[in-house]
Amino acid sequence: MAHQSDLIAADIEAYLLAHQHKSLLRFLTCGSVDDGKSTLIGRLLYDSKMIFEDQLAALEADSKKVGTQGGEIDFALLVDGLAAEREQGITIDVAYRFFSTDKRKFIVADTPGHEQYTRNMVTGASTADAAVILIDARRGVLTQTRRHSYLVSLLGIRHVVLAINKMDLVGWSQETYDTILAEYRAFAAQIGIKDFTAIPMSALKGDNITAQSDAAPWYDGPALLPLLESLPVEDDQRGKPFRMPVQWVNRPNLDFRGFSGFVSAGVIRPGDKIKALPSGRESLIDRIVTKDGDLPEAVAGQSVTLTLTDEIDISRGDVIAATASPPPVADQFEATVVWMDDEAMLPGRPYLMKLGARTVAAQITEPKYKVNVNTLEHLAAKRLELNEIGVCNLSLDAPIAFDAYADNHDLGGFILIDRISNRTVGAGMLHFALRRSQNIHWQALDVDKTSRAAQKGQRGRVVWLTGLSGSGKSTIANLVEKRLHANGRHTSLLDGDNVRHGLNKDLGFTDEDRVENIRRVAEVSKLMVDAGLIVLVSFISPFRAERRMARELQAEGDFVEVYVNTPLEVAEQRDVKGLYKKARAGELKNFTGIDSPYEAPEHPEIVVDTTAMSPTEAAERIVAWLEGELDYSI
Amino acid sequence: MQAQAPAISTETLTHLQRLEAESIHIMREVAAEAERPVMLYSIGKDSAVMLHLAAKAFYPSKPPFPLLHVDTTWKFRAMYEMRERMAKELGFELLVHKNPEAVERNINPFDHGSALHTDIWKTEGLKQALDKYGFDAAFGGARRDEEKSRAKERIFSFRSAQHRWDPKNQRPELWKLYNARKNPGESVRVFPISNWTELDIWQYIHLENIPIVPLYFSEVRPVVERDGALIMVDDERMPLRPDETPAMKSVRFRTLGCYPLTGAVESTAATLPEIIQEMLLTTTSERQGRMIDHDQAASMEKKKQEGYF
Repeated sequence: MAHQSDLIAADIEAYLLAHQHKSLLRFLTCGSVDDGKSTLIGRLLYDSKMIFEDQLAALEADSKKVGTQGGEIDFALLVDGLAAEREQGITIDVAYRFFSTDKRKFIVADTPGHEQYTRNMVTGASTADAAVILIDARRGVLTQTRRHSYLVSLLGIRHVVLAINKMDLVGWSQETYDTILAEYRAFAAQIGIKDFTAIPMSALKGDNITAQSDAAPWYDGPALLPLLESLPVEDDQRGKPFRMPVQWVNRPNLDFRGFSGFVSAGVIRPGDKIKALPSGRESLIDRIVTKDGDLPEAVAGQSVTLTLTDEIDISRGDVIAATASPPPVADQFEATVVWMDDEAMLPGRPYLMKLGARTVAAQITEPKYKVNVNTLEHLAAKRLELNEIGVCNLSLDAPIAFDAYADNHDLGGFILIDRISNRTVGAGMLHFALRRSQNIHWQALDVDKTSRAAQKGQRGRVVWLTGLSGSGKSTIANLVEKRLHANGRHTSLLDGDNVRHGLNKDLGFTDEDRVENIRRVAEVSKLMVDAGLIVLVSFISPFRAERRMARELQAEGDFVEVYVNTPLEVAEQRDVKGLYKKARAGELKNFTGIDSPYEAPEHPEIVVDTTAMSPTEAAERIVAWLEGELDYSI
Repeated sequence: MQAQAPAISTETLTHLQRLEAESIHIMREVAAEAERPVMLYSIGKDSAVMLHLAAKAFYPSKPPFPLLHVDTTWKFRAMYEMRERMAKELGFELLVHKNPEAVERNINPFDHGSALHTDIWKTEGLKQALDKYGFDAAFGGARRDEEKSRAKERIFSFRSAQHRWDPKNQRPELWKLYNARKNPGESVRVFPISNWTELDIWQYIHLENIPIVPLYFSEVRPVVERDGALIMVDDERMPLRPDETPAMKSVRFRTLGCYPLTGAVESTAATLPEIIQEMLLTTTSERQGRMIDHDQAASMEKKKQEGYF
């Protein structure tokens, strides 16, 4: 085998020269639990002499101790690298393994089969050029086979190999093989896998792995490894129009201004016309700079630094593209979203979206539908839970340059990040821009917020009172408004209960509806601040993320968060409206503090402790704080 | 051999070109997104490649982060010489941190054993240094082919404010999109050469003419055989047992760490092709010469959870 090429001993320089020019194929193995993924990888490593003696000795010892092969070598132990995996005998996270043959170098991602670890499977699949989907010949096409095939298709992996494994256990029956193949072919067509190669094999025995086996004389296709060696890896992105997201502006001194990035598609040469997006400014390529010298051209897959003939404003996250066919720019899209976090995706909640080198705030609408990955059925959904996949619309707070995922993974694939925990909570693939985003433009207005507020001799503000039900928010807000009114201020008051009778009467108390409730109130208060008013908002508003959204809608300093701090026991004891009693009795669902969480503010402008002061004292404190800042002249 | 800008219009990129481009992309993401990045420098061959890639990634600028060497005071002398030389040649600011508690208690592998020595000097020392300077992203030269738990780790590997790694709950990492966001106190360890193999490293060193510590090449050196390993007597601090007399042998090192904990192999390989040849024909893995991995089963994973890079 490859690595043991005779050249190594005989002529190392010749071997190195040959190895230097090998291409790289990244593939993943997936399929149902116990279909033999780890055994297959163990076999590939073993047959290509990538397992060293000390590793083999450790493996033999482990196999005797915790193996599942009756003391025989258990290859699964070789790839299941985490203690928890070895204890439980399952694969939790993707493992990357490396081997090479005479023709090619390989990186293989061994991905977990359990639905619970879908996000790790998707992690492994996102960088793969090819997928090897394993099937246990005794069990045929299973739920997990279908789910993984769907994900492979969704991620646009170009080459699919169907490894019908454990053929030795069905006596190398051609009939069994044909039945499985027919069933899989029908399924593959439904999910858009146009082409795949099926191979009957036994990973355990090594049949049809490195060479065609005599065990299946009826099979005249390739063995697995020769097939993997011959799959085309020429990046099909090279033939497309030029795209390079700018990662880093390279400014060592005043005389040099370069744009560093990874060429995502196409070819570029000095003198080529480019357009920077989203600005749309144009220039010409001056130089392609690398430490090894300037290049005559750069192609998809290279990291380079470009300089331009004109001084145009380009920053991180912009895309440099061929002038002749630039990518579209938009701020609203349809996309497929894969949710990856224990906390569900809530429509309307602002997340961060990272695409290419750009990070922007994004809101997701209610899913158009979610997909039952096992049956491919489209189901109605209000939210996306962990491991669910749905089609949604996204709305960004700034326009970005993009391509459809099907055309370019770098400019069409994105991740979603939670703004509080910073976890990566979802991933998605852009389909297309929504027309409406291109047609609505902001109207520039002559009379603006500042002039309206100046007329009233004050600054428009939102005073946002948050706290548990029964904490005294409404009482305090009323007192504050009376005092401000008496001081000659122009005010308005939005109260949670009142707004729910009108503007928000279509909303309930699920997490999704709470998010939408706050979004609407935040937008209404923004319009009122634009009108120059001081807006008192009295809402439980239990989630930090939405309060942050409300804050960010306003100009810096125009949002005053007041935490009406009352311990749950005290609020429950007061129970002015009798709601806690009902919630405890199970008559009210999703009641904040009882079976729905309240997230206290981390940095409120004002805190009032209602166990230590009366509502009047609390109101006076808030008014005193505000009057210190309210005069427009200040 | 001098690297040349290749003409590659029709040719497929080679695996080394793809790996190089990927590593550079990763480094630029860190430079752009982290507030205070640092590159951990261990002076070995993987670090040498990482430094070389960093110089390429930001050219003509200097890399926008310092180097940090978490020193145990027990490295080979030749490694200290290389450290000073490389920082100067590539224009890096070099920070050296020695755990003051370890200095004071004179922690060493002979009296305290390899596990405690490594824990106090390296794991604790690293955490101290990261906290001291407030680094929020630290590059490390670990590769996924080195060890089982490393094979599982993300390229951007999130660490809690206590520097802990949670292997069962890693952030998903898709395509080339790395999430470097974190709250104050939290950090990421970033492994830009995750996807390189030992052979890739050697071949790249060969092709790009990257300077490495001479200990990788065979030479006649004074060694004693101890607990089945050949330990080089690198300075006078090494206590010899009554039955031990250093013997002059032609040896080299496949991996470099603290000299009392790093086993040499008998070899005559004195050039890079010979080293690569020997590596390809060998029957043991490179970490076999490292004592710390053998201390207990799953020891690397445990150490990593506690904050070892």
